[in-house]
Amino acid sequence: MKENVLLQVHQLSKSFGGVHAIQGVSFHVHAREIVAVIGPNGAGKTTLFNVITGILRPTSGSIVFKGVSVVGKKPFQLAQLGMTRTFQNLQVFENMTVIENVMVGLHTRLKTGIFSAGFRLPRVSKEEKQALEQAFACLRQVGIEHLAFEKADILPYGMQRLVELARAAASNPSLILLDEPMAGLNPQESNKLVEVLLEMRSNGMTFLFVEHDMETVMSIADRIIVLDYGKKIAEGSPEEIAQHPDVIKAYLGEEEVI
Amino acid sequence: MDIWNQFVQLLFSGLTVGSIYALVALGFVITYSITGILNLSQGDFAMLGALICISFVNSGFPFIIAILLSIVLVMIIGGLFERSAIHPARYSSTATLIIITIGAAFVFRGIAIFVWGTQPYALRPFTGNDSLQIFGAVIQTQNIWAIGISLVSLAVLYFFFNKTYMGKAVTACVVNPFAARLMGIRPRKMSFGAIVISAGLGALAGIIIAPISGASYDMGVMIGLKAFIAAVIGGLTNAPAAIAGAFIIGILEAFTEGYFSSGYKDAISFGLLLLVLFFMPNGIFAKASGKRV
Amino acid sequence: MGLDVKKIYNGSTKGSLLVAVVLLVLPLVFSTNNYLLSTMIMIGFYTIVSTGLTLLMGYAGQISLGQAAFYGIGAYTSAYFTTHFGLSPWLAMIAGAVLAAMVAFVIGIPAFRLREHYLALATLGFGVIVFTFFKEWKEITGGLNGFFGIPPIRLFGITIQTDFQFYYLVWVFALAGILFARNIVRSRVGRALLSIHGSEVAANSLGVNITKYKLQMFMISAVYASIAGSLYAHYVTFINPQLFEMITSIYFLIMVVIGGNGSIWGGLIGATVYVCLGELLKEIVPLFIPNASGEFEIVFFGILLVMMLIYMPNGLSHSISKIVKRLLPDWRRKNESMLVSENENAGSVGGERL
Repeated sequence: MKENVLLQVHQLSKSFGGVHAIQGVSFHVHAREIVAVIGPNGAGKTTLFNVITGILRPTSGSIVFKGVSVVGKKPFQLAQLGMTRTFQNLQVFENMTVIENVMVGLHTRLKTGIFSAGFRLPRVSKEEKQALEQAFACLRQVGIEHLAFEKADILPYGMQRLVELARAAASNPSLILLDEPMAGLNPQESNKLVEVLLEMRSNGMTFLFVEHDMETVMSIADRIIVLDYGKKIAEGSPEEIAQHPDVIKAYLGEEEVI
Repeated sequence: MDIWNQFVQLLFSGLTVGSIYALVALGFVITYSITGILNLSQGDFAMLGALICISFVNSGFPFIIAILLSIVLVMIIGGLFERSAIHPARYSSTATLIIITIGAAFVFRGIAIFVWGTQPYALRPFTGNDSLQIFGAVIQTQNIWAIGISLVSLAVLYFFFNKTYMGKAVTACVVNPFAARLMGIRPRKMSFGAIVISAGLGALAGIIIAPISGASYDMGVMIGLKAFIAAVIGGLTNAPAAIAGAFIIGILEAFTEGYFSSGYKDAISFGLLLLVLFFMPNGIFAKASGKRV
Repeated sequence: MGLDVKKIYNGSTKGSLLVAVVLLVLPLVFSTNNYLLSTMIMIGFYTIVSTGLTLLMGYAGQISLGQAAFYGIGAYTSAYFTTHFGLSPWLAMIAGAVLAAMVAFVIGIPAFRLREHYLALATLGFGVIVFTFFKEWKEITGGLNGFFGIPPIRLFGITIQTDFQFYYLVWVFALAGILFARNIVRSRVGRALLSIHGSEVAANSLGVNITKYKLQMFMISAVYASIAGSLYAHYVTFINPQLFEMITSIYFLIMVVIGGNGSIWGGLIGATVYVCLGELLKEIVPLFIPNASGEFEIVFFGILLVMMLIYMPNGLSHSISKIVKRLLPDWRRKNESMLVSENENAGSVGGERL
């Protein structure tokens, strides 16, 4: 897949005082790729994620997304540029229904501001209707449209993950980052999520995700990046990674990679 | 030498009122550091301390006893306040808790009106009406008492927090409640303790200022707010900075009142608040991040 | 599948229309009862301020302890421009609103970068400073002696002078304000605000500029208060700084807490309850405590505030909608407001935090 480079991370470092969470990490993600970031606990995966998604500012290094440098940009600006994410500890809006959650995902694609909203200009009603239909279509894509009008907090865990995914995908971003998407899912739910991810990718979506579940990583990742102690120690296809001596060493005592 | 006299006069006036603010500000810092709550009724502890003390004195209690009893009584009131208004709401949002303290302030004031009415009261100065001559200015001994007692109390508390086990235990709760609990220290009791100590500090402040500026049901409002500004100057968690801030405010007010007009006295202090909030929200002398864990 | 947008909006149009009709018909029924009319007029002013404050506190989750300052800015701007420049009251009102919005912008920009409770402090400070200016700028405001001779408003050639006429003026504004708020809530903006409550980090990641929305709500609340102040000035024709002291800001806060943070009707409910309780106290208290002064109100409302926040943090609007839900089975299924789900209100004023 020699398509254009969507995300380019170069010599990215983040330190907290004397603690070097990530050091000199470089890699890129091409359009329509599914790239996984793995590594033992404490390897810096979460920090890497938080730096890329604008929650933390890197100590040094560059992040280029769609040809634009995005270091220092806040998460909401990244969303406008076409990068969204899901959260490991589920940040579904529990005070809203499922469909409203997804409609918030459309925020960057809608235009209504305070005054047009307050005076209920005709275009607002039209926009609302369109947003509702679009959100519904997103829910259909992940297969939970029948739950559209349920309050988000009553859904089972696996379904809430799908809501988060639909929400992140609603604005038709270029890149979605998934933070441990398989965490807490039973095998059935995992399979469903994998199915959805693969379908979305075939429709043009790009994914970068952090994951511990090796089975999933091996089965859907096009490329894997391995971190250990904040540094990138390997990068390659699943087969390459499975046999990589440094990776095996890093995981010694933890999960078997093969 | 009139200019000089006036300067010294205003300086001492400022230091006196600053020392009151310092005690109350310390109460704010203690409460905020330990509980994360901005207790906007802090100033009313001063009011209660002053009025209760006056009542005791007028009922014939010996002076020292009256003072001690008043402080204890206000501490008890503080404890009751914590148990009845703060504790039940401890899982509410910070915003809610702040508003609860506003409500409590009203209750305190209302009770004060009920018991003492709206007129001002006077407490006799600790050692009579003498005055001293310092650098040509006439300073009341009460001012010296105020500044002195305040500094002594601050020193005692500093010693407590930095040099004793109990004090360090309290600090531990602030920094890491979970670890503190593992060590057998109980953060929940700390909330109670924090407010009780703050109440005591407030009461003391009220008592030592009463002979100078009188006591009435609404004296707590401005004292509380000014002390509060001082605490903000210290980033709400840095006690020495808050104390320094308190003296700065006291002196600033005294000079504004003396050299410009008393009408703007309050505006200056609040203007300072806005300046600090906007340009140095972590306080002028803030340590580290100033964020309460 | 016919997707109706109304399925995601809570609140009933029928119910709202009913309230509006009742309000508009009231003076026709009670046209000779001046006490009722003037009380309702005061409730009207307070409703406008409280509705704006509810948007800020309930939907944006921020506390302002300085709404009285904006109320005063509206009042004094109207007073000054109509008397010294002969400006039309309508233009003066707009001037006041613009001024209030600008001040809110200036205070808000730095304030919203700070931690949540810092807006409370900033507005507290700002309220005192504005009050001081009202007191000290004697050339403009008349200082503590007050500002006399504010001219009445003219509408379509009629000078609005009687309580009957003013009632309609105020309540048209109040209802318009509630409608405006309702429209905001039922749009992308309303959802963005709710999402901030639900999870700030997620909202951020989806493109919601949190600071912008908090600032906008603050400015809107300032405009609401300013407009109410302008109307008030023309009603009473005499204003003085004491009307705009800190305690007034606190009373506005109390109204919003009483009314509840989850509904656009919160402002109206809170204002009504506050005024009615106040009047009730004035009648009842002297019976028990013969020489009690007006400050008794303060104690009562203080206790009420604390009690409400502990036991009914979501205010009356939430409880009322629960009752209505039980009485009208065909009430829309999700009528409990979006913000509130028993005590699971994340981070809003009054609700428990998850």
